[in-house]
Amino acid sequence: MISISNLHAKVEDKPILKGLNLDIKPGEIHAIMGPNGAGKSTLGNVLAGRDGYEVTAGSATLNGKDILALEAEERAREGLFLAFQYPVEIPGVSNLEFLKASVDAIRAHQGKEPLDSVSFLKKAREKIKAVNLDQSFLKRGVNEGFSGGEKKRNELMQMMMLEPSLCILDETDSGLDIDALQVVAHGVNAMRDPNRSFIIVTHYQRLLDYIVPDYVHVLADGKIVKSGGKELALELEEKGYSWLESEA
Amino acid sequence: MATVFQDQQLQRVNGTHAPDWLQPIRAQGSAAFAAAPWPTRKTEAWKYCSLKTLAGDSYHADIPPITAANNKDLAAAATIAGLDSYQLVLVNGQIHPELSSALALEQVVLFENANTDQQAAIAEQLANARQQSNHHLFNDLNDAVLNSGVLVTIGRNSQLDKPLQICSINTGAESAYSVNSRVLVVLETNAELTLIEQFASVSAHDDNSFTNNQTDIQIGDNARLTHYRLNRMQSASAFIGSSRIDLQRDAHYQAFHLGLGSALTRNDLVVNHNIGGSHSEISGVYVPQGSQLVDFHTCIEHAAAHCTSNEVFRGIINDQAKAVFNGRIHIHKDAQKTLAELSNKNLLLTNKAEIDTKPELEIYADDVKCAHGATVAQLDDKARFYLQSRGISEQDAQVMLSFGFINELLDALPHPVIGDWLRPLLAQRFGRAPAFTTEQVEALS
Repeated sequence: MISISNLHAKVEDKPILKGLNLDIKPGEIHAIMGPNGAGKSTLGNVLAGRDGYEVTAGSATLNGKDILALEAEERAREGLFLAFQYPVEIPGVSNLEFLKASVDAIRAHQGKEPLDSVSFLKKAREKIKAVNLDQSFLKRGVNEGFSGGEKKRNELMQMMMLEPSLCILDETDSGLDIDALQVVAHGVNAMRDPNRSFIIVTHYQRLLDYIVPDYVHVLADGKIVKSGGKELALELEEKGYSWLESEA
Repeated sequence: MATVFQDQQLQRVNGTHAPDWLQPIRAQGSAAFAAAPWPTRKTEAWKYCSLKTLAGDSYHADIPPITAANNKDLAAAATIAGLDSYQLVLVNGQIHPELSSALALEQVVLFENANTDQQAAIAEQLANARQQSNHHLFNDLNDAVLNSGVLVTIGRNSQLDKPLQICSINTGAESAYSVNSRVLVVLETNAELTLIEQFASVSAHDDNSFTNNQTDIQIGDNARLTHYRLNRMQSASAFIGSSRIDLQRDAHYQAFHLGLGSALTRNDLVVNHNIGGSHSEISGVYVPQGSQLVDFHTCIEHAAAHCTSNEVFRGIINDQAKAVFNGRIHIHKDAQKTLAELSNKNLLLTNKAEIDTKPELEIYADDVKCAHGATVAQLDDKARFYLQSRGISEQDAQVMLSFGFINELLDALPHPVIGDWLRPLLAQRFGRAPAFTTEQVEALS
């Protein structure tokens, strides 16, 4: 699915990623944990193609394609999806029109016709219900006036509409209460598929009680310093990160 | 030296017939217009608003007859989908009786049908209007050629059960012609009205008319007016319009302006907070393209204490088009405890597009709260990246965000149905038709 090798990246001239390696096979869920400032969010932003994140060395291939050479929208069309930690509010742009444009852009890349409005609405209603948001949210501006939890659920809803092959969830659990956390976890689990992979970036073990990962990695100072199975998350919960940082 | 336009327009004064009781105001207007110097770059109020479109022609041809367009087209132009309203349709400045259901209302009187009392009331209002600040030569011209107009009176404690729409439609002709438009509105104590003024074109060839509009409004104690001024005339037309609003104690005025853009679209708006407790709320959108020019000159006069005003205008200027926004807030010495806000934001879509924006704050009271700002904005990078990260191309993201920038104001309109009607019209400007019908969106509740 995705193969990241020796990835180095800097933000405003400050090196953040310093030789990150990660291989994810189709159908796998990888959790990335680590202390503040380790580069967890940077990884998501670099892969999604945000301006200001400069790759200085290394490579990342998604389904065999060098995605680092692509524009942000092309990466999305190739099947990469980043659920943002802080989804931006865009007043005046309706959620519905935005989603339609997005779905159609991805379909066009796959050689498909735009979805007709009736089929689109049917699907959108179904998905918004699945994330436990009222369908009136579709009418509002993108994330406009949404609470933190509603924004995260809206991210998940978009993910369900776009059906990406690689989903990166950047601290989707932060700011969520336990009910919303379960909604998100349920949504992710429902999307689990032999052809879809997930990178779950999180601070806490809590989310991983609900979304059980195949692998857990610890990111510290721009590199993966330890990898293990799901039990590693529990160990981290107990011991913290400092013992690993000193190891690294 | 007088321009061809001035000479020919003065001849037009002599060529129009008007009732005797309008003669005094016509004489005043005509004398003032004849004496007024033609505005140039050195005339502050017209500095950025070139009148070369007008100066280059006489606009003196005969007004095309009402039959110049078929009723179906006219009715379509006057209709706001989903809005049930009383309509007054003027074609090339002449009333179209069949399309004007509002003629049956006792609240709506045409100048030519006014009784003696109404004539006196009209004459008084016309005389008052001549004393207003920002009075300019086109107001003089409006008085000079005045032979018809509309008086709307909403009596004490009453309201119309539906919005009133006054729709001016021009049909265009081989030679350029002029249309005079005058509307007087009086809301007595505690009265309420929604007034929609539309200026549109129905023309196979380019609408080459010049419309000179003036709308004077009195809002009595505790009365409320919601006012739309929607200008969507064709590209070649010229429009100069004024709206002046007098607010009495605790009066409430809410307005929305649309300037779609034409060869010349100039709007002067004056709101007078004469007595304490009144509130005005004004928003507007302009989207000139090609080589169009749109100019909004607004002036909020805070002459009394404890009044509030809030003004938001947004513009998107495309191609080599030009927009002018001049927003003046004048807080008089006695206007303590005034709250006044003004914001003007602009997006320039090309290197050749131009905006001249100037907020003007003049404050003579010491206990007031005032905020103003004018920006020429870039699109938000974070928002653009968000859209791109969902597969939307950079270009489409630009279009969506530009449209969103003005759509925010449409979303806030007190009549959502007018927003729904305008949205596709504006979206077209950005080459993007909405993917869903209003019914489909409404069903999501």
